[in-house]
Amino acid sequence: MSTLAYVSADGGPARRSAAVLLWRRLSRNAMSLAALAVLVVVALTAVGAPVIMPYDPDEPDAEHALEAPSGRHWLGTDLYGRDQLTRIVHAGRVDLLVALAATAIALSIGSVLGAVSGYRGGWIDQLLMRVIDTIQAFPSFILAMGIAAALGNSVTNIVIAIAITHVPIYGRLIRGEMLRIREMEYAEAARTVGNPRRRIIFHHLLPNCLPPVIVQATLAMGFAILTVAALSYIGLGIRPPTSEWGAMTAEGAGYIVSGEWWVFLFPGTAIMATVLSFNLVGDALRDVLDPRMKGV
Amino acid sequence: MTPLLALEDLTVHFDTEDGVVQAVDGAALAVGPGEVVGLVGESGSGKSVTALAILRLLRPPARVVSGRIRFDGRDLLALSEEEMRSVRGAQISMVFQSPRTSLNPVLPVGRQIERLLVRHGGAAPGQAKARAVAMLREAGIAEPERRAGQYAHQLSGGMCQRVMVAMALATNPRLLIADEPTTGLDVSIAAQILELLRDLGRRTGAAILLITHDLGVVARLCDRVVVMHAGQTVEWAPVRRLFHAPAHPYTRALIRSIPRVDREIAMEPIPGAVPSLLAPPHGCRFAPRCDLVRAECTAHIPLREIEAEHRVACVAVEGR
Amino acid sequence: MHFPLRSLIPWRAPRLVHAVDGVSLHVDAGETLGLVGESGCGKSTLARCVLRLIEPTAGRIRFADTDLTALGDEDMRRRRREIQMVFQDPTASLNPRLSVAATVDEPLALHTPLTAQARRARVDEVLEEVGLGAGLRDRYPHQLSGGQRQRVNIARAIASRPRLVVLDEPTSALDVSLRARVILLLGELKRALGMTYLFISHDLSTVRYLCDRVAVMYLGVVVEEAPARELFDHPAHPYTRALLSCIPIPDPDAVQERLALAGEVPSPVDIPAGCRLRGRCPLAQPVCAEPVPVREVAPGHTVACHLV
Repeated sequence: MSTLAYVSADGGPARRSAAVLLWRRLSRNAMSLAALAVLVVVALTAVGAPVIMPYDPDEPDAEHALEAPSGRHWLGTDLYGRDQLTRIVHAGRVDLLVALAATAIALSIGSVLGAVSGYRGGWIDQLLMRVIDTIQAFPSFILAMGIAAALGNSVTNIVIAIAITHVPIYGRLIRGEMLRIREMEYAEAARTVGNPRRRIIFHHLLPNCLPPVIVQATLAMGFAILTVAALSYIGLGIRPPTSEWGAMTAEGAGYIVSGEWWVFLFPGTAIMATVLSFNLVGDALRDVLDPRMKGV
Repeated sequence: MTPLLALEDLTVHFDTEDGVVQAVDGAALAVGPGEVVGLVGESGSGKSVTALAILRLLRPPARVVSGRIRFDGRDLLALSEEEMRSVRGAQISMVFQSPRTSLNPVLPVGRQIERLLVRHGGAAPGQAKARAVAMLREAGIAEPERRAGQYAHQLSGGMCQRVMVAMALATNPRLLIADEPTTGLDVSIAAQILELLRDLGRRTGAAILLITHDLGVVARLCDRVVVMHAGQTVEWAPVRRLFHAPAHPYTRALIRSIPRVDREIAMEPIPGAVPSLLAPPHGCRFAPRCDLVRAECTAHIPLREIEAEHRVACVAVEGR
Repeated sequence: MHFPLRSLIPWRAPRLVHAVDGVSLHVDAGETLGLVGESGCGKSTLARCVLRLIEPTAGRIRFADTDLTALGDEDMRRRRREIQMVFQDPTASLNPRLSVAATVDEPLALHTPLTAQARRARVDEVLEEVGLGAGLRDRYPHQLSGGQRQRVNIARAIASRPRLVVLDEPTSALDVSLRARVILLLGELKRALGMTYLFISHDLSTVRYLCDRVAVMYLGVVVEEAPARELFDHPAHPYTRALLSCIPIPDPDAVQERLALAGEVPSPVDIPAGCRLRGRCPLAQPVCAEPVPVREVAPGHTVACHLV
């Protein structure tokens, strides 16, 4: 059934911006609003951590080891007497930073590879896709583990490890979009006007491939955090004494039996809440951008 | 002559996020038994919505606000869904714009006709197959037995449209509604399809409501014409009268704006733009663009008969 | 300015699709050549070959004394200033992320040495020329109507003052009332700026209005070519006559006898020898299986038919 062409010939009202639509969609139910709130809180506290947190995350304080949550230490203390809340917030910085960096690098590399691959086709496409296939052949966590183990577990290396495992996601996504878009008349028009090929790919087509990528990146951020946490949980991730959610959860796991439940619960909840929030916001983004993607 | 189909005062609104779109406003038309009536208008004129309204195929956010659709003595808008289903496909059929997407892609076309015959035509399953093939042959499809076993994607656009016509006429409906049946078809194929519609219509006695924006098609095929603009019916007349003595300013502007293949003319586009149906002007919706506009034009203008069978919704036109 | 095209046969592996087969045409400076035919006749392919968006398999495209087919990529890219195209679908041919000003500015930025400021003024000028007005420069395609988008398309094509504009069905995707306006605009631009157009369309009435000469294509070959009035008043080739007879005239009293062509357009893959219309032509004779001669039936009016 055809849609109604009711817009006046003078051009209808401008479609609402993505931001407004996103806000509307998110505010539609409590869950997604909460998710947005969580992300905002995590981001803000991560940025302001050194200023707003009263304690030093790394300074041991033997007198107050393993204290339950109280007025002085809202989330309790760990084995070394360090304030949990402070550590969790500082850990948020690390985790977010790693996730952000890894996602940004993976997105950049993946986009370039996917864009060139999709537009040029032929042997370049074959070659790049085989490289991506190789990366994807490994279960991503195992691959991350392997790279981290090989390079050593500094923050930089973790970022590299995660970035590599994420490159295929963006590569394939962009390639798919590019295959679709390069057949569109404006791609032809860009060529007719006299654009050199590089400009056609990167200035004209790639920006139009991005909406689904943005959704994917949001979801992948959550996954990146999980990977860092998991790596640290098994000891291949961030090295102590730097606070990190996964490492803290690992430490705390040893105290469940002895009753100090707060040592693992709070960092674990932090991971869960953040990843879930990324997922929910990512879903909302997809709902908002999807119909618009069809208009591209 | 009592009309087979008579629309009175039909109003359809669409509820959208941006507001209420007043797609059809007080539309009227009539089709006599065996007649070919053309429903003409640009896109946004509401002609397709009107057609869908007749068959009660409109879904929310569309809603019929008021009006009566009298078919064969009954008001279609008052029928239950069950009763309506026995009308659709059996007494009133429709041929749509894009034939390939209107056909079921996973069933061979012959089967689609058979199903229709069994459901509405009262045919026994054994006979249905033979009758389906006969219908395809009548629709001008060569090798109908072979084609009956093919799928929509294996047929050309023209052939798909022939199948649609065959399906539409298989159950001997009293009225066939054809919504822009030749859009996207090549000129020569389009001509064949229109001829097919007209011939089969004559042979089966079905009346045809032909919805189109092409005045040439209307001139050659139709007995009567109804002109719509921005959801309103502005003129209705026998075809010769419409072309030789068009009364409504919009009709006259429309006729002046089309280029001709048989002579050199000066093409004059219609001034202004189609009004937004979200906030349409009161009264006559062509008034803002009309050079005969006057104060009375902001009030509701009914269709007035100025000559036999020639009605116009305009205060500036003389006549009874 | 003069460009003849010859013998273009683009093909796709593995079977040969003879999209355009041995076509020779020329367009003189300042004239509008209409190229008509139904789907599958090769006119769109031909248009894209002229712009070298598709590479011709054989033949030459001579544009003002340069053979375009012999140019390297970079040279061809520079030549594009002089040959531009207006596409069929006004929505799909505009980058949704570029504003109107950015779209129209691009050919200027790529090909002219004008400063940003000079370009800005020029963009505004062009927007006025196409009837959009400089006020719309910052709008995006989704904020424009179909007719406005097509005008942006046209603005982009004429911004760099090309010597030739190829128009591929520029009004097919538009509503009937908008078509008239765009056609009038194209006519005005032609008169005001002395544009040379290659106008591709299946809408013969529009072609009659706009074009000086018309070439009719069928299944990859040109079957008739004549000045516009001559073609419409005295069509010679059976295909042209059939085509014209199929177009309903908006006059209920006109006598119109439809010249029927049997069957449908055959696939451009396996083409029989001799005249391509042979299987469908009501006037077909045994001689039609021989290669078809091109005869001149009137000054400037050529027909590819045995029986004329």
